Amino acid sequence: MQRMVIQRILIGLVTLWVVSVLVFVMTSLLPGDVAQIVLGQSATPESLAAYRAERGLDQPLIFQYFGWLGNMLTGDLGTSKAGGASISSLISGRLGNTMYLAAVVAIISVPLSVGLGLLAAMYPGTWIDKSLTFGTLALISVPEFFIATFMVLIFAVNLGWLPAIARVAEEDTFWEMARGIAMPLLVLVIVVAAQMIRMTRAGILNVMNAPYIEMAILKGVRRNRIILRHAFFNTIGPIVNVIALNLAYLVSGVVIVETIFAYPGLAKLMIDGVQTRDLPLVQATAMIFCGTYVILIILADVAAILANPRLRNPK
Amino acid sequence: MAELFEIDNLQIAFRKEDGTPVQIVKGVSFNVKAGQVVALSTISMATMAYCRPGLHFPGGEVRLHGKDVLAMEPQDQRAIRGNKVAYLAQSAAATFNPAITIGEQVTEAAVLHGTLSQEEANIRAVELYRALELPDPDRLGHRYPHQVSGGQLQRLMAAMALVSKPDLLVLDEPTTALDVTTQIEVLKAFKKVIQEEGSAAIYVTHDLAVVAQVADHIVVLYSGEVQEQGPVEQIINNPKHPYTKRLMAAVKPTPTAGMGDTADQKHDRDVPNIEVKDMTAGYGGIVNGKPAITVLRDINVKIKNSHVVGVIGESGCGKSTLARVMAGLLPAAKGEVFLDGKKLEADLKHRSQEELQKIQFVYQMADTALNPRQLIGDILGRPLEFYRGIKGKERREEVAKLLRLVELPVEFESRFPSELSGGQKQRVNMARALAANPEIMLCDEVTSALDSIVSSNVIKLLKKLRDQTGVSFVFISHDLSTVGSFADEIVVLYAGRVVEQGPVDEVLAPPYHPYTRLLISSVPELRVGWLEDTMQKREMAAGIARGVEITDTGCPFYNRCPIAIDGTCDKEIAPTREPTPEHYISCHRTMEEINEIEQNPQQILHGFEKAAPDGDKAAKPV
Amino acid sequence: MSDTTQSAAPEDDTAKSIYDELPDAPPKKKLKLSWTGKLGVAIVAFWIIMVAIGPLISPFHEADIIGDDSYLPLWSTTEGEGLHVLGTDYLERDIFSRILWGARTTVGISFLATILAYLMGVTAGIAAAVKKGWTDMILSRINDAILSLPTIMLGLLIVVALGTSIPILIGTAAIIYASSVYRIARAYGQEIMVMDYVESAQARGETIWWIIFREVLPNAAMPLATDFGLRLVFIVLFISSLSFLGLGIQPPAADWGSMVRQNLEAMQTATGYGILAPVWPALAIASFTIAINLIVDDISAKSGGDLAKKMI
Repeated sequence: MQRMVIQRILIGLVTLWVVSVLVFVMTSLLPGDVAQIVLGQSATPESLAAYRAERGLDQPLIFQYFGWLGNMLTGDLGTSKAGGASISSLISGRLGNTMYLAAVVAIISVPLSVGLGLLAAMYPGTWIDKSLTFGTLALISVPEFFIATFMVLIFAVNLGWLPAIARVAEEDTFWEMARGIAMPLLVLVIVVAAQMIRMTRAGILNVMNAPYIEMAILKGVRRNRIILRHAFFNTIGPIVNVIALNLAYLVSGVVIVETIFAYPGLAKLMIDGVQTRDLPLVQATAMIFCGTYVILIILADVAAILANPRLRNPK
Repeated sequence: MAELFEIDNLQIAFRKEDGTPVQIVKGVSFNVKAGQVVALSTISMATMAYCRPGLHFPGGEVRLHGKDVLAMEPQDQRAIRGNKVAYLAQSAAATFNPAITIGEQVTEAAVLHGTLSQEEANIRAVELYRALELPDPDRLGHRYPHQVSGGQLQRLMAAMALVSKPDLLVLDEPTTALDVTTQIEVLKAFKKVIQEEGSAAIYVTHDLAVVAQVADHIVVLYSGEVQEQGPVEQIINNPKHPYTKRLMAAVKPTPTAGMGDTADQKHDRDVPNIEVKDMTAGYGGIVNGKPAITVLRDINVKIKNSHVVGVIGESGCGKSTLARVMAGLLPAAKGEVFLDGKKLEADLKHRSQEELQKIQFVYQMADTALNPRQLIGDILGRPLEFYRGIKGKERREEVAKLLRLVELPVEFESRFPSELSGGQKQRVNMARALAANPEIMLCDEVTSALDSIVSSNVIKLLKKLRDQTGVSFVFISHDLSTVGSFADEIVVLYAGRVVEQGPVDEVLAPPYHPYTRLLISSVPELRVGWLEDTMQKREMAAGIARGVEITDTGCPFYNRCPIAIDGTCDKEIAPTREPTPEHYISCHRTMEEINEIEQNPQQILHGFEKAAPDGDKAAKPV
Repeated sequence: MSDTTQSAAPEDDTAKSIYDELPDAPPKKKLKLSWTGKLGVAIVAFWIIMVAIGPLISPFHEADIIGDDSYLPLWSTTEGEGLHVLGTDYLERDIFSRILWGARTTVGISFLATILAYLMGVTAGIAAAVKKGWTDMILSRINDAILSLPTIMLGLLIVVALGTSIPILIGTAAIIYASSVYRIARAYGQEIMVMDYVESAQARGETIWWIIFREVLPNAAMPLATDFGLRLVFIVLFISSLSFLGLGIQPPAADWGSMVRQNLEAMQTATGYGILAPVWPALAIASFTIAINLIVDDISAKSGGDLAKKMI
């Protein structure tokens, strides 16, 4: 079992390395000369060359890559090419905002969706199941910008309960903070929960085909115990995997929601970086996103290994 | 006064696609007192007032203590299940939930129905483990299903059924999937606890020899109707209905010398068809000719032209691995394989097409061996085209010939495998091997997945093929009687080693290797009281309670052998003796000693003191 | 024929029983859809027809500026122009016509991208499953890396780096979604590779191409077809999202995603039913994706549901 866990972590590290190559190559493909952008049209060829030499931009790509990788590993994310500010300081505030939103969404949506997924699986074919199945199907089928716009239309425009633009500030009270992020929160919970409810239900029903479920029925075990004790424990692996994927999405994939609600998160920062050709910023954020994904997937795999009695208790 | 359990004109049906109902059970009636009954059908489920999705009960009554359970409310049915009526399924491995400890699963029914508290249920479970002679009863409950063996799980299922002291037990083919030596052990345990607990039981099986051991009363069902019923002695000794007679005929005879018919000599040649020399094989990385997990060790086997060599042994002994090494599917770690005297490459990737053509492998499960997306015509046509360049119209004719050869209608060429029955698929599976025009066919448990009547038909077909085509066969099976009736020579494998090999009539006659002796004695006979008689025997008392242990030193059979010599058998590799030409037995005992013990069965035995595997609670000598 | 074990069974009786044996499985069921599945098929068929003939039957051209008023409510008529079934947009264009034209871009591009993603993903996935070893290791790590990048971000990077032409948009979507196709194709491939019939073909000496095209692919086709539908949904949503961010299809070409974005301000500025301007294209997207999901849900096995209903 330990060997499997170590193997998973090693594979994760290899993946991260491949990601770093990919990110570096892709960002260096971005059009536009950084020196030109930073120094402006009036820059002389000498000043451009001096800028490039200072930043190591005149070296072969491979040297640039290893230099960058070395800096990343030592925690030096570099300075923003556009503003000259240190990237760590740029990122840290945004990362905090992103993590805050992601954490609140996760705390609400994970128990909610696992619960509703179990409920649907417990009463298959009933109106509860049917409405949950169709509702989640509709929600995963529409673009999230549509859900977001719809929510704005209802809660901000029509009812006027919530601000259409998200707001985060240090000095806010708890309630002000809650109101400030209510709209993006609502949208993200809906988007993420729809996915997780469907997967939980499907996972449970998949296990329901097993002969040991039939045996449980023949032992006279009640419905709720069959689902909660006999089926659920055999579905933990896939469910944890879906949760991990959705958490990764909450950290890295919420561009649309951040854009619509003008929420100052990491994804928005990366888009700004892409638009201003701020390569170090784009590279750093991309590595954070991929790192989060890889770590979450490793955690999910390890959880699945731990939840499996075959792997936990060898013969 | 109503009987304990009555089935009255019961019908079971399913609905086809177009909505027309198809009757599976067409009005069956029988009663169960406190005793035992045997039925031969899907009837078992009905007694739980439960049927699989897609089935339903159009009519009839199933009465428990006079009350019709089919008419009950679902809640009341649930109250009966696992409480008054308990069910034992065919495959314990699939029936135990892999994520829950054995103890919780065994006690669950009693605790949920409120018959016992958790503490009482735990105590009762340990009592049952003890009664079922399971190892380490006090700690068994804390283990997970994957941590115990298949035979133990099967007995644990009995504990699970009995924990709430049900009035009626339903056993659905509970020993069919087991090796003979495990089967006898499980049967013994079932019979003992059923007697001690005094509950009634319905035992569903198609194996009349097993029925004869456990039942008081037999109900013979065929095509959904009761054909014959009566006390066990009456049915066994004086069967009336033709179907009962067919079932009797399909019971495997006790393996004895002269039971089979051997090949004639017309295809004989000097060079062995296939020969395996000093071969060691297994899985995982190979270091110094020794794989990480050794499955087979120092194997020497010769197959003469147009001969049938039966390879016999319990599951996990390495039978299939032997065939896979010959076919090149698993390269051996050490040793050589020769085809017609010419050395073969270990890996099939390096063998020539001609060599591949000469050795054909027939898989156990026709379901997975035939591509579900190819027509039978293409499945059979491809080897014809690939090896022999037969195409077009000629190919169709050859396919038709092959189908006729395996006694299938020619129209089957335009069917998919899913449109055939299990027996028919197994015939296609063999026809595909024959299409290559092979010299040798490696048949891996080809009859194990089939029921007794279908499997005896397949064996008959194999005999015909051997006589007509002169193909050699390696016939792998865990069923000694099938092998005995078909093979010219037998190789007995135990824990990856050959313990005995030779002509069939020599192997099935004394002197026996102690393991061969155990195998022969374990095949159930169609005789009431056989189980009790056999349990008295020395080799049973010593051999059954323990499992296979793959050892590096000494004789692998040491820990189960009733005549083992302490200090020798556990330390040294057994010498190979040759009592008659080409008959080899690997044993520390001399043939004289073995013969003497055979004459005098009550001699002092080895190993009763250390009988149980985990050291405590030894099975007591009889 | 020599027979010592079967003498009790008469010969003709045995022969008959071989033919009488019931098949293990009933003949392949015809695909039977429930009413929701049929509804899905109808909607998808409608949009596919619109991809072909939408521009021909639409009352206006996608770039026609009516020049009367923006954000007209649905079912309004303008003088000299005619009826605007769904009203007009911010540039005073006919929304109904633009949705019909947009089908070609949104649905058409998504289809092409999905097909391309499938060609890449299935080829690589099956190759990894069949070849195993280093091929599998290298392909899988590259794939993991692509999967670990958030899809929209990756799309954004590629589009910004290479520009927003339609071929690049298709290629980007295809590469991003090929990675998830790869995972599924590889999983099915591995499942099929351990089947005895594949080993039997290998033992026969068949080439790797025979194994891939004759043994593995036909058996993976059905589950992959179901997945194709889901992937198509994701790609429609992905391309719409890129358009919504202004990086997808460029104006004046109509596509449903950018139509939503361009008309968003209607919610604040328009009066009456004019504020529904962004809702219509969004509904078009939803109708297409929901319809596909309805079909997929119907086809995929209702596994476990039947047994689950037996619980009390």
